[in-house]
Amino acid sequence: MNEVVEKVVAGDVRTVARLIRDIDDGVPEVREILKALYPHTGNAYVIGITGAPGVGKSTLVDQMVTHLRKRDKTVGVLAVDPTSPFSGGAILGDRVRMQRHSMDQGVFIRSLATRGHFGGLTQSTRSAIDVLDAMGKDYILVETVGVGQDEVDVVKSAHTTVVVVIPGMGDDIQAIKAGILEVADIFVINKADREGTDKTLSDLRLMIDMDHKKYEEGSWKPPILKTQAVFDKGVKELLEEIEKHGKHLIESTGGLHVRRKKEKVRDELVEMVKSRLYEEVVNRLILTGEFDRAVESIVEGKLDPYTACDDLVIPKLDL
Amino acid sequence: MAQGRRIRIMVAKPGLDGHDRGARIIARAYRDAGFEVVYTGLHQTPEEIVEAAIQEDVDMIGLSSLAGAHKYLFIRTVELLREKGAEDIVVCGGGIIPEEDIPMLKEAGVKEIFTPGTPLGVIVEWVEQNVKPR
Amino acid sequence: MSQVFDRKVFEEIEKGRKKWEKELEKIFASAPERLERFSTVSDREIERIYTPADVADLDFERDIGFPGQFPFTRGVQPSMYRGRLWTMRMFAGLGTAKDTNKRFHLLVKEGQTGLSTAFDMPTLMGYDSDSPRSRGECGKCGVAIDTLKDMEDLFDGLPIDRITTSMTINPPASVLWAMYIAMAEKRGIPRKVLGGTIQNDMLKEFIAQKTFMCPPEPSVRIITDTVEFGTKEVPKWNTISISGYHIREAGSTAVQELAFTLADGIAYAEAAVERGLDVDDFAPRFSFFFNSHLDFFEEIAKFRAARRMWAKIMKDRFKAKNPRSWWLRFHTQTAGCSLTAQQPYNNVVRTALEALAAVLGGAQSLHTNSLDEVLALPTEEAATIALRTQQIIAEESGVANTIDPLGGSYFVEALTNQMEEEAWEIINKIDEMGGMLSAIEKNYPQQEIADAAYHYQKRIDEKQRTVVGVNKYVTDEETPVEILEIDEELERLQIEKTNRVKSERDNKKVQECLERLTEACVEDRNVMEPLIDAVKNYATLQETCDVYRKVFGEYRDPGIY
Repeated sequence: MNEVVEKVVAGDVRTVARLIRDIDDGVPEVREILKALYPHTGNAYVIGITGAPGVGKSTLVDQMVTHLRKRDKTVGVLAVDPTSPFSGGAILGDRVRMQRHSMDQGVFIRSLATRGHFGGLTQSTRSAIDVLDAMGKDYILVETVGVGQDEVDVVKSAHTTVVVVIPGMGDDIQAIKAGILEVADIFVINKADREGTDKTLSDLRLMIDMDHKKYEEGSWKPPILKTQAVFDKGVKELLEEIEKHGKHLIESTGGLHVRRKKEKVRDELVEMVKSRLYEEVVNRLILTGEFDRAVESIVEGKLDPYTACDDLVIPKLDL
Repeated sequence: MAQGRRIRIMVAKPGLDGHDRGARIIARAYRDAGFEVVYTGLHQTPEEIVEAAIQEDVDMIGLSSLAGAHKYLFIRTVELLREKGAEDIVVCGGGIIPEEDIPMLKEAGVKEIFTPGTPLGVIVEWVEQNVKPR
Repeated sequence: MSQVFDRKVFEEIEKGRKKWEKELEKIFASAPERLERFSTVSDREIERIYTPADVADLDFERDIGFPGQFPFTRGVQPSMYRGRLWTMRMFAGLGTAKDTNKRFHLLVKEGQTGLSTAFDMPTLMGYDSDSPRSRGECGKCGVAIDTLKDMEDLFDGLPIDRITTSMTINPPASVLWAMYIAMAEKRGIPRKVLGGTIQNDMLKEFIAQKTFMCPPEPSVRIITDTVEFGTKEVPKWNTISISGYHIREAGSTAVQELAFTLADGIAYAEAAVERGLDVDDFAPRFSFFFNSHLDFFEEIAKFRAARRMWAKIMKDRFKAKNPRSWWLRFHTQTAGCSLTAQQPYNNVVRTALEALAAVLGGAQSLHTNSLDEVLALPTEEAATIALRTQQIIAEESGVANTIDPLGGSYFVEALTNQMEEEAWEIINKIDEMGGMLSAIEKNYPQQEIADAAYHYQKRIDEKQRTVVGVNKYVTDEETPVEILEIDEELERLQIEKTNRVKSERDNKKVQECLERLTEACVEDRNVMEPLIDAVKNYATLQETCDVYRKVFGEYRDPGIY
């Protein structure tokens, strides 16, 4: 185990790759390794990039990597793609747009599948972030399709979260309101040469203004940037804005950074406990057959689900 | 976390030829068989493919070539994996590969070659039997 | 108006049909139809029978007419094959320029009437043979061209003032064309007399074949430069061959091939008009290139629909006045993707059927695939059989005795109409997206083709579509086929040759030429003259393409699956 930790900290690519696989595949032994790695984390700046499919997230990430490398920063990328609900398989295609960095030793790119199970994505992605952090990457970019709650939770663990939209999304902007708005630190309108850019810009602005009233004075108001990632337009400005947001986190009076960090720790721990409980309790119940028996009883009308739930959970948790 | 191992495959197009019909179809077939597929896109050098395969910790690399450069591209990929100590990653090839080249490719370490017309089901079954998540 | 069918006949037909169907019911009650569903290669459902009722509105003048007359359903030239047969143009290119030159001399001797050049992958992508990206690919699927010296060797001793040359080249088409012009001028042949075709169709590359260099917009700009230059300077040259072939090979349906190809044509024409060219000056030099797949009638209907649609596009949409602008002239290649590695001699039969469809569809030129194409590059013997296939169709079968022999067939006319209608729907959709460039940016055609290709493969795997020797009538024994080997030494020799050229040329002059090319790119001036100057001074293919890459940027695979 110590050998693994040492190799990760030394930046050994094979070891890191293997460890992330173990995390993803749910190998129980990784917990101890993650514990030992934790003291080596906390140095990376984590950026979340989220948005609907087709808005150009991967291309944007690709260009961000190029700019960060020009500044001699090392970069880790986690690209999360959805799993097919039918087969459980996935085609992880985001890498295609970043593959030109493949030979660059300062860049580590990893594709992850959502695998569609409760809490799993959030947990394994967070652990993967920790691994890349311990590996010594200066920046970690996490790309997700902003659809499920899980994916919103993933970007919550970022220092700065960028929400990407494209012009002419219309109703989709309304959809953003619900879930992602609260996590957005920066909005990007990509493909900003397209018709409808101004309309999208004013829609977003209105939304932020309405929402922003609930924030106190001096808090961060999400800026809106226009980019054309394909042509590398606006990407430099985006990174500058991210930097500003980072400074804001650290410098703003009232210990925002600390508080925010604490909030984050809170969130993360809640998630971790949730998924660990799920894993320990639900999986065991499934294994012993108790779960299926309870389902049968409810179906047969012998039991109500409330009682069934109490019967299952209370003895396990010693409540 | 209790998920269990899942087969991860990299589908890669080495070289300059752009005929990716086969690569794209096989990627979909793998997905539908429940595998996780990392697709590299076109115009990759063996160096780029191997580096990506290691970062992605895949169990197998599926290479596709239709323009006659398979001898150099496939063998170079196997060599590079060996150099990097990653020879446990299985390498397969598909595309327009003359029958007489196959023994030589296999000897070099390419585990299997699928020629045109091989049904998707046969390829998927081969993977299930010969590639184990490590 | 010249309505083909009198309204009165339909009642009689309906009566007859009912009687026939009643009889059928009896037959199928004891033994059902052979298949649950009868469909084409593109999975288009086909009816049991076609009658005048399926083409009830058919108007002879409007829909069919005479060859050489609008809307050209029956052929572009009035005389068609009664005057001159189609051009038998076989694709050749292998190894070094000198090897290919030998093959060219042989083909001309065998009676071939036009040359067609295949280039190797590095050349197609704009890399020299010594680039690290070219490793293992030199001379593999065509001839390697690095400098004008290679072009000179390629056409050495061939009467290029009398034969036409087709070059299958896309991202660096302008450079290869410049080399051809430079080579001719060095031999004292003026550019005005040169005849031939460069494929020069980048849109289908983004859509299907994926040989790309610069992003779509600058790519179309360079193409427009060649169209403009050709119109003014090389009037007998087809500066663009708008290609559906590769769209089909990538797995599209017949209608998708038809629609995407015509939509590409519209995009090129729009770009040229925007440049200030008169449509009647450039449109007659546009040529097309289609696939001929296995579904005999669907292919014939596709060719007929294509001609009719392009004529309407040119006349109605672009207001072209010259009837030549309305012509859709096309080259055809039999479908490489229909060939099988199993029982390879069956490929001769497949190719013959596909070639026959192309001829009955009125192709201007035809390439027939060799039986071993799916295994490797064709051997001389296999290429000869493929050429003989065309000669037998032309001179033994009698199908070229009359023009458009299938015109008026209820089935073929109904299919032609149906395909036209469906293709218009796709073209309208692309128009709504803002044209082909935006459609490509939205990955629309790419995604449609990927879906169709997967559907097709699934049908074969599930044996809903028969492929003889692959999923039916399978045999175990292997048929030995002789295979052409490309010498591995070739790469080294080619690199040496290019290095020699580089050491003997005037490097300062080359640099100046490349700077002038850069200026033309940046300042939006036509690139052709500076290109011709640069290659005349032996600037390499990659040196000129690097100028493009530097100024316009590189396009990368968006990875649609």
